[in-house]
Amino acid sequence: MTEPHGPASPADPPVGPIGGAEGGIVAELAQMTEQERAERAADVAEVVAPDREIAVAVGDTLLELRDVTLRFGGLVALDSVSFGIRRGEILGLIGPNGAGKTTCFNVMTGVYRPTSGRVLLEDRPLGRRKRHQITRLGIARTFQNIRLFGEMTALENVVVGADARHQTSVPGAIVRSPRHQREEREAVERASALLEFVGIADRAADKARNLPYGYQRRLEIARALATEPKLLCLDEPAAGFNPAEKEDLMGLIRKIRDDGYTVLLIEHDMRLVMNVTDRIVVLEFGKKIAEGSPLEVRADPAVIAAYLGVSDDGAA
Amino acid sequence: MTTGIPATPTAPDRPNESALRRLRSSWNGLSRPQQWLWMIPVAAIIFVLPVLKIPLINTEPGYPFADTMFDCARFGLAAVGLNVVVGQAGLLDLGYVGFFAIGSYVAALFTSKDSLLHHIPYLWTLPAAMVITAFFGLVLGTPTLRLRGDYLAIVTLGFGEMVRLLGSLLPPLKGQVGLQEVGHPPGTNANGSAIFAAGNGTPWYWLTVVVIILVLFIVGNLERSRVGRAWVAIREDEDVAQMMGVATFKFKLWAFAMGAAIGGLSGALFAGQVGFVNNQGFDVPTSILFLAAVILGGSGNKVGVLLGAFVVVYVQHRFQSLAAYRYLIFGVVLIVLMIFRPQGLLGARQRLLAYGRQAYRRLIGRNEQLSSDSALTGSKGGQP
Repeated sequence: MTEPHGPASPADPPVGPIGGAEGGIVAELAQMTEQERAERAADVAEVVAPDREIAVAVGDTLLELRDVTLRFGGLVALDSVSFGIRRGEILGLIGPNGAGKTTCFNVMTGVYRPTSGRVLLEDRPLGRRKRHQITRLGIARTFQNIRLFGEMTALENVVVGADARHQTSVPGAIVRSPRHQREEREAVERASALLEFVGIADRAADKARNLPYGYQRRLEIARALATEPKLLCLDEPAAGFNPAEKEDLMGLIRKIRDDGYTVLLIEHDMRLVMNVTDRIVVLEFGKKIAEGSPLEVRADPAVIAAYLGVSDDGAA
Repeated sequence: MTTGIPATPTAPDRPNESALRRLRSSWNGLSRPQQWLWMIPVAAIIFVLPVLKIPLINTEPGYPFADTMFDCARFGLAAVGLNVVVGQAGLLDLGYVGFFAIGSYVAALFTSKDSLLHHIPYLWTLPAAMVITAFFGLVLGTPTLRLRGDYLAIVTLGFGEMVRLLGSLLPPLKGQVGLQEVGHPPGTNANGSAIFAAGNGTPWYWLTVVVIILVLFIVGNLERSRVGRAWVAIREDEDVAQMMGVATFKFKLWAFAMGAAIGGLSGALFAGQVGFVNNQGFDVPTSILFLAAVILGGSGNKVGVLLGAFVVVYVQHRFQSLAAYRYLIFGVVLIVLMIFRPQGLLGARQRLLAYGRQAYRRLIGRNEQLSSDSALTGSKGGQP
């Protein structure tokens, strides 16, 4: 006669059935062992990874700004700025307040058109394309001041991003055509994986405006990734984070890059920028004053004078 | 996975929850087939209402009850259409009655004895009215949807007035004399009189309710697709929607065309039931009443706007002695509502994913947060 329930070793976690259990995947994750969790994360990263149809060389120039100048009346916001972003790198864009970092973003994403100069994505000029067309070409962004669709759930926010890749017509949606059903299913699946990827799947069903601040920041990243961008532009993603949260975010940004994306990062926090980026471009008063590896930039006298050297400024 | 209505999957541990809210959360916890099953008796009750003439609800002898119900239904149909434009896409349209008028004139011009146009059977005028008003929606939308907010509201207001004035000015529309003997669907009673005779409320009411159910199907399918998501995204933040890859202009045009088509459909039904169409009743106050129905019932809530339309029309017919004060009363009611319940009677409520239920269940084992008001009292307190 044996006991029906032998004394289980305390290290043994209760293993639930995979998929569709009470409490869902998030509850299962909490019960997984370290290794199971790592395997699950690898699966998720696989779903999230960009779908590369042709083999591309890491390191060639993905996006290039050529002598981009932007004037608002008499104000020169960008003064013949030129730099390139290489495929597979994390490029930091830094500079004191008002240096033109966000303006630079806005030129890349089509919010502003440069007064002169060109922006090229994979050697093709963006020209006069509309913003949503630029997104479809492969540039996605987040916003310095969070701009989510507040009345939509987290999952719905991410699926809106996936719309950039959808083909369903309005009549197709009315009659629920096969394509509509396939796209809906795929979008929801990918969006769920993205939420898990950025670590906020437990609040997938909450309206975006009810999410905690840190979750909202991550949701913006997930939504931008849903557009399947070649280049992901993050505008101060760590603003308002405490050091521990910043550490987590750095990990996420590295994870995004390792998954096959190219990242452009605007950030004020110098420690974060120095730790996570491969190269840095420094702007001041709309001009590029330095470009190079974090070590080179940190040693550059012009940068020290403009940014790091001024103690009052640098502390902000 | 419960199969009855009493289950409260999202919030079993909130005793102070109001009965209405509990009912709603149980409703949201049901699967779609279960919801449809529950809708059958509700639809049956709605269908028999004009025949039952329940004492306190009855509007007779002041106003024929069946006509009241038809008015509610055609107003509800128009409100569902306007809700697509205002509630979902967030485009303020103050000239919606223009589309309603065009729909009426289309039905009349193709069937009335006073019209020189080629005549077609009445039922064919319903799709014709939808196509033609949708076309006018595109004509109005193409130049104006580059405008936003207040500017769009002013331009649409002007459009509504233009349609009304054209009704007076264009000779074929015969101004105030109007077009008599608009057609009706086929079918006769045992005594040889037409079932759908002009002024006969009940059959027209039934026809309109069937049309509303069909339109709700279409609008519901759109809501749970990229189209509905695009509309809500545009309402929430148009710039961001565009930067996330949504072709905003295209979807705004579609919203306008859909809204116009449904408004035109309602107008065509109205023309058929009344039996003649002239240039009266397509004025700005009617546009505002359509909008009042949407806002009162809950902008962005399909069922809500039907309820709003019912209230707006029913109150006028039930309390005829107050008819002279109706705009005053609506004004006061709307102001009070905006103070205490700005989201309207039911509040915006949307499901934007065709397979959302399964996804949420798989991820977190429960349904999504639906209405905005339950968010205010949600269990997830203490956020930074």
